[in-house]
Amino acid sequence: MRFSALRVLKEGLTGNKGWTPHWRDPQPKDEYDIVIIGGGGHGLSTAYYLAKNHGLRNIAVLEKGYLGGGNVGRNTTIVRANYFLQGNSEFYSHSLKLWENLEEDLNYNVMHSQRGLINLFHSDGQRDAFVRRGNSMVNQGDDAILLDREGVREHLPYLDFEQTRFPIYGGLYHPRGGTARHDAVAWGYARGADERGVDLIQNCEVTGIDIENGKVKGVQTTRGAIKAKKVGIVVAGRSGQVAAMAGMRLPIESHVLQAFVTEGLKPVIDHVVSFGMGHFYISQSDKGGLVFGGDLDFYSSYASRGNLPMKEHVMEAGMTLMPMIGKAKVLRSWGGIMDMTPDGSPIIDKTDIDGLYIDCGWCYGGFKAVPGSGFSFAHLMATDNHHAPAAKYRLDRFRTGYGLMDEEGTGSQHNLH
Amino acid sequence: MRLPCPICGERDRREFYYQGEAVALDRPAPDADERAWDDYLHNRDNPAGETRDLWYHDGGCGSWLVVHRNTITHEVYSAELARDVKGRMK
Repeated sequence: MRFSALRVLKEGLTGNKGWTPHWRDPQPKDEYDIVIIGGGGHGLSTAYYLAKNHGLRNIAVLEKGYLGGGNVGRNTTIVRANYFLQGNSEFYSHSLKLWENLEEDLNYNVMHSQRGLINLFHSDGQRDAFVRRGNSMVNQGDDAILLDREGVREHLPYLDFEQTRFPIYGGLYHPRGGTARHDAVAWGYARGADERGVDLIQNCEVTGIDIENGKVKGVQTTRGAIKAKKVGIVVAGRSGQVAAMAGMRLPIESHVLQAFVTEGLKPVIDHVVSFGMGHFYISQSDKGGLVFGGDLDFYSSYASRGNLPMKEHVMEAGMTLMPMIGKAKVLRSWGGIMDMTPDGSPIIDKTDIDGLYIDCGWCYGGFKAVPGSGFSFAHLMATDNHHAPAAKYRLDRFRTGYGLMDEEGTGSQHNLH
Repeated sequence: MRLPCPICGERDRREFYYQGEAVALDRPAPDADERAWDDYLHNRDNPAGETRDLWYHDGGCGSWLVVHRNTITHEVYSAELARDVKGRMK
Protein backbone atom coordinates (compact mmCIF):
# COMPACT_ATOMS: atom_id res chain seq x y z
CA MET A 1 0.00 0.00 0.00
CA ARG A 2 1.45 3.33 -1.10
CA PHE A 3 0.33 6.66 0.29
CA SER A 4 -0.33 9.49 -2.16
CA ALA A 5 -2.56 12.54 -2.36
CA LEU A 6 -4.68 10.76 -4.96
CA ARG A 7 -5.07 7.75 -2.67
CA VAL A 8 -6.12 9.93 0.28
CA LEU A 9 -8.70 11.64 -1.94
CA LYS A 10 -10.03 8.33 -3.28
CA GLU A 11 -10.28 6.78 0.19
CA GLY A 12 -11.94 9.91 1.53
CA LEU A 13 -14.63 9.65 -1.13
CA THR A 14 -15.18 5.92 -0.67
CA GLY A 15 -15.51 5.68 3.11
CA ASN A 16 -11.84 4.92 3.90
CA LYS A 17 -12.49 1.20 3.41
CA GLY A 18 -9.39 0.47 1.33
CA TRP A 19 -6.69 1.03 3.96
CA THR A 20 -4.88 -2.12 5.01
CA PRO A 21 -2.76 -2.95 8.09
CA HIS A 22 0.72 -1.48 7.86
CA TRP A 23 2.48 -4.69 8.74
CA ARG A 24 1.81 -8.40 9.11
CA ASP A 25 1.63 -10.23 12.44
CA PRO A 26 3.75 -13.28 11.63
CA GLN A 27 4.51 -16.33 13.75
CA PRO A 28 8.21 -16.57 14.57
CA LYS A 29 10.13 -19.00 12.37
CA ASP A 30 12.61 -21.50 13.82
CA GLU A 31 15.59 -19.76 12.31
CA TYR A 32 16.67 -16.38 10.89
CA ASP A 33 19.89 -15.00 9.47
CA ILE A 34 19.58 -11.99 11.75
CA VAL A 35 17.56 -11.40 14.90
CA ILE A 36 17.18 -7.87 16.24
CA ILE A 37 16.19 -7.70 19.90
CA GLY A 38 14.05 -4.62 20.42
CA GLY A 39 11.26 -3.20 18.27
CA GLY A 40 11.78 0.46 19.07
CA GLY A 41 12.94 3.22 16.76
CA HIS A 42 16.54 2.03 16.54
CA GLY A 43 15.67 -1.66 16.16
CA LEU A 44 13.08 -1.01 13.46
CA SER A 45 15.35 1.32 11.52
CA THR A 46 18.17 -1.24 11.77
CA ALA A 47 15.91 -3.90 10.26
CA TYR A 48 14.75 -1.50 7.56
CA TYR A 49 18.29 -0.61 6.45
CA LEU A 50 19.48 -4.22 6.66
CA ALA A 51 16.77 -5.02 4.11
CA LYS A 52 17.00 -1.89 1.99
CA ASN A 53 20.74 -1.23 1.90
CA HIS A 54 22.10 -4.76 2.20
CA GLY A 55 19.41 -6.83 0.50
CA LEU A 56 18.94 -9.09 3.52
CA ARG A 57 15.47 -10.53 3.95
CA ASN A 58 15.58 -13.32 6.52
CA ILE A 59 15.36 -11.02 9.53
CA ALA A 60 13.20 -10.91 12.65
CA VAL A 61 12.65 -8.04 15.06
CA LEU A 62 11.63 -9.34 18.50
CA GLU A 63 9.68 -6.94 20.70
CA LYS A 64 8.56 -7.84 24.23
CA GLY A 65 5.66 -5.37 24.12
CA TYR A 66 4.27 -3.60 21.07
CA LEU A 67 6.21 -1.88 18.30
CA GLY A 68 7.36 1.60 19.20
CA GLY A 69 5.98 1.31 22.73
CA GLY A 70 9.12 2.49 24.50
CA ASN A 71 11.11 5.70 24.26
CA VAL A 72 10.31 6.28 20.58
CA GLY A 73 6.64 6.51 21.56
CA ARG A 74 7.32 8.94 24.42
CA ASN A 75 9.91 11.61 23.88
CA THR A 76 10.24 15.31 23.12
CA THR A 77 10.68 14.62 19.38
CA ILE A 78 13.63 16.94 18.72
CA VAL A 79 15.79 16.41 15.64
CA ARG A 80 19.10 18.29 15.37
CA ALA A 81 22.74 18.08 14.34
CA ASN A 82 24.49 20.56 16.62
CA TYR A 83 27.18 18.39 18.17
CA PHE A 84 30.70 19.61 18.70
CA LEU A 85 33.07 16.67 18.98
CA GLN A 86 34.41 14.59 16.13
CA GLY A 87 32.67 11.26 16.26
CA ASN A 88 29.37 12.80 17.26
CA SER A 89 29.47 15.61 14.70
CA GLU A 90 29.68 13.41 11.60
CA PHE A 91 27.19 10.91 12.98
CA TYR A 92 24.40 13.39 13.70
CA SER A 93 25.12 15.23 10.47
CA HIS A 94 24.53 11.97 8.58
CA SER A 95 21.42 11.23 10.62
CA LEU A 96 19.93 14.67 9.89
CA LYS A 97 20.48 14.15 6.15
CA LEU A 98 18.57 10.87 6.42
CA TRP A 99 15.77 12.72 8.23
CA GLU A 100 15.55 15.26 5.42
CA ASN A 101 14.76 12.52 2.92
CA LEU A 102 12.91 10.18 5.27
CA GLU A 103 9.35 10.86 4.16
CA GLU A 104 10.08 10.12 0.50
CA ASP A 105 12.24 7.18 1.44
CA LEU A 106 9.58 5.57 3.66
CA ASN A 107 6.54 6.91 1.77
CA TYR A 108 5.30 7.86 5.21
CA ASN A 109 4.43 11.21 6.72
CA VAL A 110 6.70 11.51 9.74
CA MET A 111 5.82 15.22 10.01
CA HIS A 112 9.47 16.25 10.04
CA SER A 113 9.35 19.98 10.69
CA GLN A 114 12.59 21.96 10.39
CA ARG A 115 11.31 24.85 12.42
CA GLY A 116 14.73 25.81 13.73
CA LEU A 117 16.39 25.28 17.09
CA ILE A 118 17.83 28.07 19.24
CA ASN A 119 20.28 27.40 22.08
CA LEU A 120 20.33 30.43 24.36
CA PHE A 121 23.43 31.83 26.05
CA HIS A 122 23.65 34.13 29.04
CA SER A 123 27.27 35.26 29.47
CA ASP A 124 30.32 36.18 27.41
CA GLY A 125 31.97 32.88 28.27
CA GLN A 126 28.94 30.93 27.11
CA ARG A 127 28.87 32.97 23.90
CA ASP A 128 32.49 32.00 23.19
CA ALA A 129 31.63 28.34 23.73
CA PHE A 130 28.70 28.58 21.33
CA VAL A 131 30.81 30.40 18.71
CA ARG A 132 33.20 27.47 18.89
CA ARG A 133 30.36 24.95 18.64
CA GLY A 134 28.83 26.85 15.74
CA ASN A 135 32.13 26.83 13.87
CA SER A 136 32.42 23.10 14.43
CA MET A 137 28.90 22.60 13.04
CA VAL A 138 29.68 24.73 9.96
CA ASN A 139 32.94 22.84 9.42
CA GLN A 140 30.93 19.62 9.48
CA GLY A 141 28.75 21.07 6.70
CA ASP A 142 25.75 21.78 8.87
CA ASP A 143 24.17 25.12 9.61
CA ALA A 144 24.70 27.42 12.57
CA ILE A 145 24.00 31.14 12.91
CA LEU A 146 25.07 33.24 15.88
CA LEU A 147 22.29 35.56 17.02
CA ASP A 148 22.77 38.53 19.33
CA ARG A 149 20.08 39.56 21.77
CA GLU A 150 18.09 41.50 19.16
CA GLY A 151 18.43 38.60 16.75
CA VAL A 152 16.93 36.26 19.35
CA ARG A 153 14.20 38.81 20.07
CA GLU A 154 13.08 38.72 16.43
CA HIS A 155 12.49 34.96 16.70
CA LEU A 156 11.42 34.64 20.34
CA PRO A 157 9.88 37.94 21.47
CA TYR A 158 8.11 36.28 24.41
CA LEU A 159 11.23 35.46 26.43
CA ASP A 160 12.14 37.37 29.58
CA PHE A 161 15.32 38.99 28.22
CA GLU A 162 16.08 41.20 31.21
CA GLN A 163 15.77 38.61 33.96
CA THR A 164 18.32 39.21 36.68
CA ARG A 165 19.61 35.66 37.08
CA PHE A 166 20.21 34.68 33.43
CA PRO A 167 19.80 37.72 31.15
CA ILE A 168 19.74 36.57 27.53
CA TYR A 169 22.87 37.56 25.59
CA GLY A 170 22.00 35.74 22.37
CA GLY A 171 21.58 32.31 20.88
CA LEU A 172 23.02 29.78 18.47
CA TYR A 173 20.44 29.23 15.77
CA HIS A 174 20.34 25.88 13.95
CA PRO A 175 17.72 26.41 11.20
CA ARG A 176 17.66 22.76 10.08
CA GLY A 177 16.85 21.58 13.59
CA GLY A 178 13.25 20.86 14.47
CA THR A 179 10.85 18.12 15.44
CA ALA A 180 9.14 15.05 13.98
CA ARG A 181 6.13 12.94 14.81
CA HIS A 182 7.72 10.24 16.99
CA ASP A 183 5.16 7.44 16.55
CA ALA A 184 5.08 7.89 12.79
CA VAL A 185 8.84 7.34 12.66
CA ALA A 186 8.47 3.95 14.33
CA TRP A 187 5.46 3.04 12.18
CA GLY A 188 7.11 4.19 8.95
CA TYR A 189 10.24 2.11 9.59
CA ALA A 190 8.12 -0.86 10.70
CA ARG A 191 6.05 -0.73 7.52
CA GLY A 192 9.13 -0.31 5.35
CA ALA A 193 10.86 -3.28 6.99
CA ASP A 194 7.74 -5.45 6.80
CA GLU A 195 7.31 -4.64 3.09
CA ARG A 196 10.81 -5.96 2.52
CA GLY A 197 10.06 -9.26 4.23
CA VAL A 198 11.25 -8.59 7.79
CA ASP A 199 9.18 -10.43 10.42
CA LEU A 200 8.10 -8.01 13.16
CA ILE A 201 7.22 -10.21 16.14
CA GLN A 202 5.47 -8.53 19.04
CA ASN A 203 4.76 -9.83 22.54
CA CYS A 204 7.94 -11.85 22.24
CA GLU A 205 10.34 -11.29 25.10
CA VAL A 206 13.87 -12.58 24.84
CA THR A 207 14.71 -14.62 27.94
CA GLY A 208 18.12 -15.96 26.98
CA ILE A 209 20.90 -15.71 24.42
CA ASP A 210 22.39 -18.99 23.22
CA ILE A 211 26.16 -18.95 22.91
CA GLU A 212 28.42 -21.89 22.05
CA ASN A 213 32.20 -21.70 21.95
CA GLY A 214 32.12 -17.92 21.88
CA LYS A 215 29.67 -17.75 19.00
CA VAL A 216 26.04 -16.72 19.13
CA LYS A 217 23.57 -19.42 18.04
CA GLY A 218 20.20 -17.84 18.70
CA VAL A 219 17.85 -16.66 21.40
CA GLN A 220 15.31 -18.11 23.82
CA THR A 221 12.01 -16.24 23.91
CA THR A 222 8.58 -16.40 25.48
CA ARG A 223 7.42 -17.69 22.08
CA GLY A 224 10.03 -20.41 21.78
CA ALA A 225 13.66 -20.79 20.74
CA ILE A 226 14.82 -18.98 17.61
CA LYS A 227 18.12 -19.79 15.92
CA ALA A 228 20.10 -16.94 14.39
CA LYS A 229 23.48 -16.44 12.73
CA LYS A 230 23.69 -12.89 14.03
CA VAL A 231 21.93 -11.14 16.91
CA GLY A 232 21.73 -7.40 17.53
CA ILE A 233 20.81 -5.96 20.93
CA VAL A 234 18.95 -2.64 20.55
CA VAL A 235 17.02 -2.26 23.80
CA ALA A 236 17.94 1.19 25.17
CA GLY A 237 17.27 1.37 28.94
CA ARG A 238 17.07 -2.42 29.21
CA SER A 239 20.53 -2.96 27.69
CA GLY A 240 21.99 -4.07 31.02
CA GLN A 241 19.51 -6.92 31.47
CA VAL A 242 19.75 -8.23 27.91
CA ALA A 243 23.55 -7.98 27.83
CA ALA A 244 23.64 -9.93 31.11
CA MET A 245 22.01 -12.85 29.24
CA ALA A 246 25.22 -12.98 27.22
CA GLY A 247 27.34 -12.69 30.37
CA MET A 248 28.29 -9.08 29.68
CA ARG A 249 28.38 -6.06 31.96
CA LEU A 250 27.98 -2.76 30.13
CA PRO A 251 29.23 0.73 30.88
CA ILE A 252 25.61 1.78 31.29
CA GLU A 253 23.48 3.01 34.14
CA SER A 254 19.74 3.44 33.48
CA HIS A 255 18.27 6.73 34.63
CA VAL A 256 14.86 8.34 34.46
CA LEU A 257 14.27 11.47 32.37
CA GLN A 258 10.98 13.31 32.71
CA ALA A 259 9.05 15.34 30.16
CA PHE A 260 5.78 17.22 30.21
CA VAL A 261 2.93 18.22 27.90
CA THR A 262 0.38 20.98 28.41
CA GLU A 263 -3.16 21.24 27.12
CA GLY A 264 -3.45 22.15 23.43
CA LEU A 265 -2.92 25.85 22.76
CA LYS A 266 -3.00 28.06 19.68
CA PRO A 267 0.39 28.40 17.96
CA VAL A 268 2.68 30.33 20.27
CA ILE A 269 6.16 28.74 20.14
CA ASP A 270 7.42 28.38 16.59
CA HIS A 271 10.88 26.97 17.32
CA VAL A 272 12.65 24.53 19.55
CA VAL A 273 14.12 26.62 22.38
CA SER A 274 16.86 25.29 24.62
CA PHE A 275 17.68 27.04 27.91
CA GLY A 276 20.78 25.22 29.08
CA MET A 277 21.33 27.29 32.22
CA GLY A 278 17.96 26.23 33.55
CA HIS A 279 18.04 22.68 32.13
CA PHE A 280 14.89 23.40 30.17
CA TYR A 281 13.86 23.02 26.54
CA ILE A 282 10.53 23.41 24.81
CA SER A 283 8.66 23.15 21.53
CA GLN A 284 5.00 23.08 20.55
CA SER A 285 3.49 19.99 19.02
CA ASP A 286 1.29 20.13 15.95
CA LYS A 287 -1.66 19.35 18.22
CA GLY A 288 -0.85 22.52 20.16
CA GLY A 289 0.54 21.06 23.37
CA LEU A 290 3.70 22.60 24.76
CA VAL A 291 6.23 19.78 25.03
CA PHE A 292 9.06 20.42 27.44
CA GLY A 293 11.58 18.75 29.64
CA GLY A 294 14.66 19.16 31.72
CA ASP A 295 17.44 17.11 33.19
CA LEU A 296 17.64 13.59 34.56
CA ASP A 297 16.34 12.89 38.03
CA PHE A 298 19.96 11.83 38.62
CA TYR A 299 19.69 8.45 40.24
CA SER A 300 19.39 5.06 38.60
CA SER A 301 15.77 4.07 37.98
CA TYR A 302 13.56 1.84 35.87
CA ALA A 303 10.35 3.30 37.25
CA SER A 304 9.19 5.09 34.06
CA ARG A 305 8.15 7.94 36.30
CA GLY A 306 10.11 10.61 38.06
CA ASN A 307 9.97 12.39 41.36
CA LEU A 308 8.64 15.81 42.31
CA PRO A 309 11.92 17.73 42.79
CA MET A 310 12.76 17.60 39.07
CA LYS A 311 9.20 18.53 38.12
CA GLU A 312 9.47 21.59 40.30
CA HIS A 313 12.88 22.46 38.86
CA VAL A 314 11.65 22.21 35.26
CA MET A 315 8.56 24.33 35.96
CA GLU A 316 10.72 26.96 37.69
CA ALA A 317 13.09 27.08 34.72
CA GLY A 318 10.17 27.49 32.32
CA MET A 319 8.73 30.32 34.37
CA THR A 320 12.14 32.00 34.53
CA LEU A 321 12.62 31.88 30.77
CA MET A 322 9.10 32.60 29.53
CA PRO A 323 6.72 33.78 32.26
CA MET A 324 3.77 33.41 29.88
CA ILE A 325 4.05 29.64 30.27
CA GLY A 326 2.48 29.99 33.72
CA LYS A 327 -0.92 30.33 32.04
CA ALA A 328 -0.67 26.87 30.48
CA LYS A 329 -1.94 23.82 32.32
CA VAL A 330 0.18 20.69 32.35
CA LEU A 331 -1.80 17.71 31.11
CA ARG A 332 0.62 14.91 31.79
CA SER A 333 4.20 13.99 32.51
CA TRP A 334 6.15 10.81 32.01
CA GLY A 335 9.56 9.33 32.68
CA GLY A 336 11.62 7.45 30.12
CA ILE A 337 14.42 5.02 30.94
CA MET A 338 17.70 6.35 29.55
CA ASP A 339 20.72 4.15 28.89
CA MET A 340 23.41 6.49 30.22
CA THR A 341 27.08 5.92 29.36
CA PRO A 342 29.95 7.47 31.36
CA ASP A 343 30.89 9.93 28.59
CA GLY A 344 27.34 10.64 27.40
CA SER A 345 27.95 9.23 23.92
CA PRO A 346 26.50 6.03 22.43
CA ILE A 347 27.87 2.61 21.49
CA ILE A 348 27.49 0.87 18.11
CA ASP A 349 29.88 -2.05 18.11
CA LYS A 350 30.60 -5.75 17.98
CA THR A 351 30.93 -7.59 21.26
CA ASP A 352 33.52 -10.17 22.31
CA ILE A 353 30.99 -12.83 21.29
CA ASP A 354 31.11 -13.73 17.61
CA GLY A 355 27.89 -12.72 15.87
CA LEU A 356 26.58 -10.62 18.76
CA TYR A 357 26.34 -6.86 18.19
CA ILE A 358 25.13 -4.02 20.36
CA ASP A 359 23.63 -0.59 19.75
CA CYS A 360 22.98 1.28 23.01
CA GLY A 361 23.95 4.15 25.26
CA TRP A 362 21.90 6.82 23.52
CA CYS A 363 21.44 8.58 26.83
CA TYR A 364 18.70 11.22 26.53
CA GLY A 365 19.32 11.90 22.82
CA GLY A 366 18.20 8.79 20.99
CA PHE A 367 15.28 10.06 18.96
CA LYS A 368 17.17 12.20 16.46
CA ALA A 369 19.63 9.34 16.04
CA VAL A 370 17.00 6.81 14.93
CA PRO A 371 17.81 6.97 11.19
CA GLY A 372 21.59 7.26 11.58
CA SER A 373 21.81 4.57 14.25
CA GLY A 374 19.82 2.05 12.22
CA PHE A 375 21.80 2.86 9.07
CA SER A 376 25.18 2.46 10.77
CA PHE A 377 24.23 -0.55 12.89
CA ALA A 378 22.83 -2.32 9.82
CA HIS A 379 26.11 -1.60 8.02
CA LEU A 380 28.09 -3.09 10.92
CA MET A 381 25.89 -6.18 11.22
CA ALA A 382 25.81 -6.84 7.47
CA THR A 383 29.46 -6.19 6.62
CA ASP A 384 31.32 -6.55 9.95
CA ASN A 385 32.91 -3.17 9.18
CA HIS A 386 32.19 0.01 11.08
CA HIS A 387 30.22 2.57 9.12
CA ALA A 388 32.34 5.74 8.84
CA PRO A 389 29.94 8.21 10.56
CA ALA A 390 29.60 5.88 13.56
CA ALA A 391 33.11 4.47 13.58
CA LYS A 392 34.07 6.13 16.87
CA TYR A 393 31.19 4.63 18.88
CA ARG A 394 33.38 1.86 20.28
CA LEU A 395 32.56 -0.20 23.32
CA ASP A 396 36.19 -0.47 24.41
CA ARG A 397 36.82 3.29 24.59
CA PHE A 398 36.08 3.26 28.33
CA ARG A 399 38.59 0.49 29.02
CA THR A 400 41.35 2.01 26.90
CA GLY A 401 40.52 5.66 27.56
CA TYR A 402 41.08 6.29 23.85
CA GLY A 403 38.34 8.07 21.89
CA LEU A 404 36.10 9.15 24.75
CA MET A 405 33.46 11.63 23.55
CA ASP A 406 32.51 13.77 26.50
CA GLU A 407 30.41 16.35 24.68
CA GLU A 408 29.61 18.32 27.83
CA GLY A 409 33.18 18.34 29.08
CA THR A 410 32.14 17.21 32.55
CA GLY A 411 34.28 14.09 32.79
CA SER A 412 33.81 10.51 31.70
CA GLN A 413 32.13 9.16 34.78
CA HIS A 414 28.67 7.82 35.54
CA ASN A 415 26.33 10.41 37.01
CA LEU A 416 27.99 13.41 35.33
CA HIS A 417 25.84 13.48 32.17
CA MET B 1 11.59 9.83 47.37
CA ARG B 2 12.85 10.27 50.94
CA LEU B 3 16.01 8.68 52.30
CA PRO B 4 16.43 7.55 55.94
CA CYS B 5 19.78 9.03 56.99
CA PRO B 6 21.01 7.08 60.06
CA ILE B 7 22.16 10.34 61.65
CA CYS B 8 19.54 12.89 60.55
CA GLY B 9 16.44 10.76 60.07
CA GLU B 10 14.21 10.67 57.01
CA ARG B 11 15.02 13.52 54.65
CA ASP B 12 13.98 14.79 51.22
CA ARG B 13 15.89 13.36 48.25
CA ARG B 14 17.04 16.91 47.39
CA GLU B 15 19.43 16.95 50.35
CA PHE B 16 21.44 14.10 48.86
CA TYR B 17 23.95 13.73 46.07
CA TYR B 18 23.77 10.44 44.16
CA GLN B 19 27.13 8.85 43.39
CA GLY B 20 26.10 5.52 41.84
CA GLU B 21 26.32 1.80 42.46
CA ALA B 22 28.16 1.02 45.68
CA VAL B 23 31.06 -0.58 43.80
CA ALA B 24 33.14 2.39 44.94
CA LEU B 25 33.53 0.67 48.32
CA ASP B 26 35.53 -2.10 46.70
CA ARG B 27 38.37 -0.30 44.96
CA PRO B 28 40.84 -2.45 43.00
CA ALA B 29 44.49 -2.52 43.99
CA PRO B 30 46.54 0.23 42.33
CA ASP B 31 48.37 -2.35 40.22
CA ALA B 32 45.21 -4.29 39.26
CA ASP B 33 44.83 -4.84 35.53
CA GLU B 34 42.96 -2.66 33.05
CA ARG B 35 39.84 -4.83 33.15
CA ALA B 36 39.50 -4.59 36.92
CA TRP B 37 39.67 -0.81 36.71
CA ASP B 38 37.25 -0.73 33.76
CA ASP B 39 34.79 -2.80 35.80
CA TYR B 40 35.22 -0.54 38.79
CA LEU B 41 34.96 2.75 36.93
CA HIS B 42 32.51 2.03 34.11
CA ASN B 43 30.78 -1.33 33.95
CA ARG B 44 27.66 -1.76 36.03
CA ASP B 45 25.19 -4.49 36.96
CA ASN B 46 22.52 -1.80 36.49
CA PRO B 47 19.86 -3.90 38.22
CA ALA B 48 16.13 -3.52 37.57
CA GLY B 49 14.95 -4.13 41.11
CA GLU B 50 16.95 -4.03 44.32
CA THR B 51 20.12 -2.02 44.32
CA ARG B 52 22.64 -0.65 46.79
CA ASP B 53 24.07 2.69 45.88
CA LEU B 54 26.12 5.47 47.38
CA TRP B 55 24.57 8.78 48.35
CA TYR B 56 26.23 11.75 50.04
CA HIS B 57 24.17 13.72 52.54
CA ASP B 58 25.30 17.05 51.13
CA GLY B 59 22.52 19.14 52.66
CA GLY B 60 22.69 17.41 56.02
CA CYS B 61 25.35 15.68 58.10
CA GLY B 62 27.86 15.16 55.27
CA SER B 63 27.89 11.37 55.61
CA TRP B 64 28.32 8.88 52.80
CA LEU B 65 25.47 6.38 52.88
CA VAL B 66 24.80 3.04 51.29
CA VAL B 67 21.10 3.09 50.38
CA HIS B 68 19.23 -0.16 49.76
CA ARG B 69 16.31 0.65 47.46
CA ASN B 70 14.31 -0.56 44.47
CA THR B 71 14.89 0.95 41.02
CA ILE B 72 11.48 -0.16 39.71
CA THR B 73 9.22 0.96 42.57
CA HIS B 74 11.42 3.70 44.11
CA GLU B 75 10.83 2.01 47.45
CA VAL B 76 13.64 2.72 49.93
CA TYR B 77 14.37 -0.16 52.33
CA SER B 78 17.23 1.15 54.44
CA ALA B 79 20.33 3.30 54.61
CA GLU B 80 23.57 2.67 56.44
CA LEU B 81 26.70 4.71 56.96
CA ALA B 82 29.15 3.74 54.24
CA ARG B 83 31.97 3.45 56.79
CA ASP B 84 30.01 0.74 58.66
CA VAL B 85 29.42 -1.21 55.44
CA LYS B 86 33.06 -0.80 54.47
CA GLY B 87 34.13 -1.96 57.94
CA ARG B 88 32.20 -5.21 57.54
CA MET B 89 33.81 -5.86 54.14
CA LYS B 90 37.33 -6.10 55.67
